[in-house]
Amino acid sequence: MDKVVNDFSITVGTKNGSGSSTANNTILRAIFKMGIPVSGKNLFPSNIQGLPTWYTIRANRDGFIARSDVQEIVIAMNPDSFARDLASVAAGGAFYYADDIKQPVTRTDIAVYPMPVKQLVRSDPGIPSDFRDLVGNMVYVGVLAEMIGLDLETIHAALSFHFKGKQKPIDMNFNTVKAAAEWAKSNLTKKDPFQLEPLNKTDGLIMADGNTSAALGSIFGGVQFAAWYPITPASSLAEALNDYLPSLRKREDGKHTYAVVQAEDELAAIGMAIGAGWSGLRSMTSTSGPGLSLMTEFAGLAYYAEVPVVIWDVQRVGPSTGLPTRTAQGDLAFTNNIGHGDSNSIILLPGGMDECFEFGWRAFDIAEQLQTPVFVLSDLDMGMNQWMSKPFQYPDTPMQRGKVLWDKDIEELKGNWGRYLDNDGDGIPYRTVPGNRHPMSAYFTRGTGHDEHARYSEDASVWLKNMDRLKKKHETARKYVPVPVIHTTPDAAVGIVGFGSTEAAILEAVHQLGTEHGIPADFLRVRALPFTQEVTDFIDKYDQIFVVEQNRDGQMHQILTVDYPQKAASFKSVAFGDGLPASAKWVREGILAKYTPGTRSNGKHAAKSRSKAGKSAAVEAEQK
Amino acid sequence: MTQPLPMAGAPANTNLAGLAKNDYRGSPSTLCQGCGHNSIANQIVSAMYELNVVPENVIKFSGIGCSSKSPTYFLNRSFGFNGLHGRMPSLATGALFGDHTLKGIGVSGDGDSASIGMGQFKHVIRRNVNMVYIVENNGVYGLTKGQFSATAEKGLSLKKQGANQYMPVDICMEALASNATFVARSFAGNPRQVKELIKAAMAHNGIAVLDIISPCVTFNNQDNAYHSYAWGKDHEEPLHDITYIAPRNEIILEEEMKEGEIREVDMHDGSVIILKNLEKHYNPTDRFEAMRVLAEGQQNNWLATGLIYIETDKPSLIDMHNLVDTPLNRLQQADLRPAPEMIDRVNALMF
Repeated sequence: MDKVVNDFSITVGTKNGSGSSTANNTILRAIFKMGIPVSGKNLFPSNIQGLPTWYTIRANRDGFIARSDVQEIVIAMNPDSFARDLASVAAGGAFYYADDIKQPVTRTDIAVYPMPVKQLVRSDPGIPSDFRDLVGNMVYVGVLAEMIGLDLETIHAALSFHFKGKQKPIDMNFNTVKAAAEWAKSNLTKKDPFQLEPLNKTDGLIMADGNTSAALGSIFGGVQFAAWYPITPASSLAEALNDYLPSLRKREDGKHTYAVVQAEDELAAIGMAIGAGWSGLRSMTSTSGPGLSLMTEFAGLAYYAEVPVVIWDVQRVGPSTGLPTRTAQGDLAFTNNIGHGDSNSIILLPGGMDECFEFGWRAFDIAEQLQTPVFVLSDLDMGMNQWMSKPFQYPDTPMQRGKVLWDKDIEELKGNWGRYLDNDGDGIPYRTVPGNRHPMSAYFTRGTGHDEHARYSEDASVWLKNMDRLKKKHETARKYVPVPVIHTTPDAAVGIVGFGSTEAAILEAVHQLGTEHGIPADFLRVRALPFTQEVTDFIDKYDQIFVVEQNRDGQMHQILTVDYPQKAASFKSVAFGDGLPASAKWVREGILAKYTPGTRSNGKHAAKSRSKAGKSAAVEAEQK
Repeated sequence: MTQPLPMAGAPANTNLAGLAKNDYRGSPSTLCQGCGHNSIANQIVSAMYELNVVPENVIKFSGIGCSSKSPTYFLNRSFGFNGLHGRMPSLATGALFGDHTLKGIGVSGDGDSASIGMGQFKHVIRRNVNMVYIVENNGVYGLTKGQFSATAEKGLSLKKQGANQYMPVDICMEALASNATFVARSFAGNPRQVKELIKAAMAHNGIAVLDIISPCVTFNNQDNAYHSYAWGKDHEEPLHDITYIAPRNEIILEEEMKEGEIREVDMHDGSVIILKNLEKHYNPTDRFEAMRVLAEGQQNNWLATGLIYIETDKPSLIDMHNLVDTPLNRLQQADLRPAPEMIDRVNALMF
C-alpha cells in the first residue's frame, strides 16, 4: 500500500461540552508545528453540553487547507453520532473509536481501530476521577501520534501553549498521550495509508483566530472605547480586548487610556460607541447579524450625522436566530445600505488573520478620515477557528485622525468654520469634539435636517446639497479603502470574484479548474466596498465572472450588478450557504455548472487546457 | 443665604465665569406657548448662570420628542447631541468618556424615557453616569399629537384617545429601583424649586434624575389631569424648601431659614444642599423613606416634590474606569499605539 503523506482530513466526533477542544487544538497545533500546512474547523451546535459536535482538520502539503468534503480519518467518541461518523469515512480510510461504544462496525472497506479510552484513563492514578472524561480525549491524540506520526514533541509544545506553561495539567494530559501511543504501538496494526511527515512549510507563520486578531489589531489602532453585547460568534472579540488591553496599554501610573463597557443590548452598545466616536475617541463595537439588525437605526444616524465608529460583524447564518453557530457571508447586502433612507456603507472584508489584524487598526483610520461608520465583515469561520497566518505586521502608517479642529485651530480661523462645509471639495467636512474649550467650537449634532453650520433646517435645497455632499464623500472613500488581492493564472479565460474566508477554497478550486478542467481562471478577492478602480479593471477583462459567496441569494453578485450594469450579463452567481466553511468542491462545481465553454477574456485567446495553469495560483497562494 | 458678589472690576451683569446670562441662552423655542418645557429651559439657563458654569464644560443630550428639542433652547455654546428616540442614555454614556472633565445634561421626556427608552433609562442609572437626567414629564406624546404616554394616570381621558386603561410608570420609583444616586421630583409651575434642584444635580457626581412634571398646554392640561398646571398647583406637597449653596460660599442662613428644622447635605465638590423641612420630617439619604414617600404620594393622590433621594459617595462610571488625567480625546498616538517592539511579543503570544 502506497503511503499518503501530508494530504488528508481528520474529523473527530464528540459530545459538545466534553472538553474535546483541547485535544483537537492540540492535534491542529502539533501538525502546524511539524511544518505541515493545516486548518481546523469547529462544527458545533448551539448548545452548552450534550449535542453531537465535530472538529475537522485538514493537513495538505500543497497548502490547500479549505475544509474538505472527504474525511479520510474519522474518530468517533460519541455514541449518538457513531453510525453517522462511521458512514462518513471515505473508502480506504481509517476509523478510530472509543471501545466503550458498543455499536456494530459494519464497514469492511476501511481500517477500523478500537481505542480503550476509559481503561487507559482509569489505569492512570495521576488522573482524578472528575478529570477522566476530559483527559480521555487525549487518548485519541496519543493513538494518532503512533498511527499517523503526529510528533510527540510538538504535541507537548501544543499542550504547554494551551495550558500556559502550567506543569500539572500539561503532565496529566501528556502522560495520557504517551500511554495511548504506547498502547497503540503494542496493540494496533497499521492498515491505512495516511501518514504525517515533517515539512518546512509553516516556518515564520503563526496560528490565531480572527476575533483575537481583530482585537489585537484594534489595540494597535489605538482603540479607546468599545461597547458590546454578548453574541455568538462575536463575543470573543470583545473578550480579547479585555484580555490584551491591560498588558498592551499598560502605563506606569496604572491608569487606563481606554474603556470597554458591556452594554445592556446592541442598541446601547452602538449608542455608546457612537457617543464616544462623536466625542473624539477611537470607538468600536462588535456583534453578529441579529445584533447588527438592532444597530441599524443608530448606524443610519451615524452615517447622516457623520460620526466615526467601527462596527465588526462576525457573520453567522440568518435570518433570525438561524444557525447561530454556523458560518455565512449573509449580511453583506444588508450592511451595504444599512439604515433607512439613502445610505452607503464603507465595508472592509478581511480574508485571514493578518487582515483581521490589519483591518483592526486601519478601520479606525478610515472611519476618522471619512467621519462615518466603517463596517468590518468577518465570519464565524475566521472569528472562532484557528488559522495559519503570516505574522501580524506593525501598522505601516501613523494614526490618521482626520479633519479635527482643536481650540487653537478655531482661534486661527477666528471661529469662522462650519461643521458640514465642504472646504476641500472631497465631501469630508471638518469637525470639533467636546472638550474643545473655544467658545466658537461647539455645534449641535442631530439626525434631523441641518445646514452647513449644523443648524436645524427643513429647507429642500439645503437637504439636497447635504445629501449630494455625502454621496461625494462616498466617492472619495474609494481612495481610502483597501484594494483587492488578485491571483492571476496565465491565459485565464474567466474571472472569479470572492471575499473573506472563502479564499482557500477558491484558490484550490482555481487549481482544480486549471489542472483538471482546462479552465484557467483569475481570482480577485474584494477587500472593501465601495469598489476601487482595481475591481473595475478586473471586471472589464472577462466575459464570464463567477461571483462566489456563502449565502443563498448572491449578495455580492447583486451589488456588482448594480455597480457595473454594463457587465450584468457577465456576472454569474455561485452562491451557497449551508453553514459550513467553504470547500473547493462547491466552488468548483458551482462554477462548472454555470460555465459556458468557448468564451474569451477581452483581448486574449480562448483558454486551452494547461496543466501548469492552476499550479501557479497555488504557488501564489503559498507565497501570499 | 447670600448670593455671590460680582468680582471687583467685572461688569455687574456678569457672573464669576465672566459671562452674561445671554451666554447661557439658546435659540428661540419652537415649542407651544406656555409649555412647561420652556419654563424648565429658562431655569436651566438661570441655574447655569448662577452656578458660574463655563458652557464649554457641559455636553447636552436628548432623545426624540418635544422635550428632546429643548437642548436647542439653552447653552448655545455647549456641544449637543440630539440622538434617537429612547437612546439618549447610551449616547451620553459613550460621549462622556471623551473628556472626563465634562458634565452631561440630558433632557428627555416620558415617552422617551418611560416607554421606548425604559431599558436605557434604567441602565444609565445603574452605571451611575455622570450627568443630570431631566425627564420633562407631561403624560402625553406631543409631537405625534396627543397619544397617552406610559406616565399617564389610569382613567385619564384625552381627545381622540378615550380613557387610559393602564397603570402609570413612576419615573422616580423606577430610578430608585435602579439604584439611582440622586432622585428628585419637581413641577414646572414651581420654578424656584426646579432651579435649585438643577443646581444640586449639577453638583452631584453621578446620575441625577429629575422628574419634572411639565404640563402640555395643547394636549393634556385639563384641570383634573395629574400633569396639568391646575392639578399640580393644588396637589403639590414639597417635602422641604431646598437651597443650593455653591462651593466656597460661606453659608449664612437667612433669618427665616433658621426657623424650623434644617438638614444639610454635603456634596462631592464642597457645595451644600440646605433642606428646610416643612410640615413633615424627611430624610433624603434614607432609601427606604424615599420609597415610602413615593408610595404615599401615589396612594393619597398628592405630588410629593423635592430631593427624594441622594447618595453622595458612590463612584460614577468614569471613576470606576480609572482613566488617565488627560482627557481621552486629547491622547495621541504615543499614548495609544503600542511600541513597534510589541508586535513581536504579540506574534510570540500566538502559537
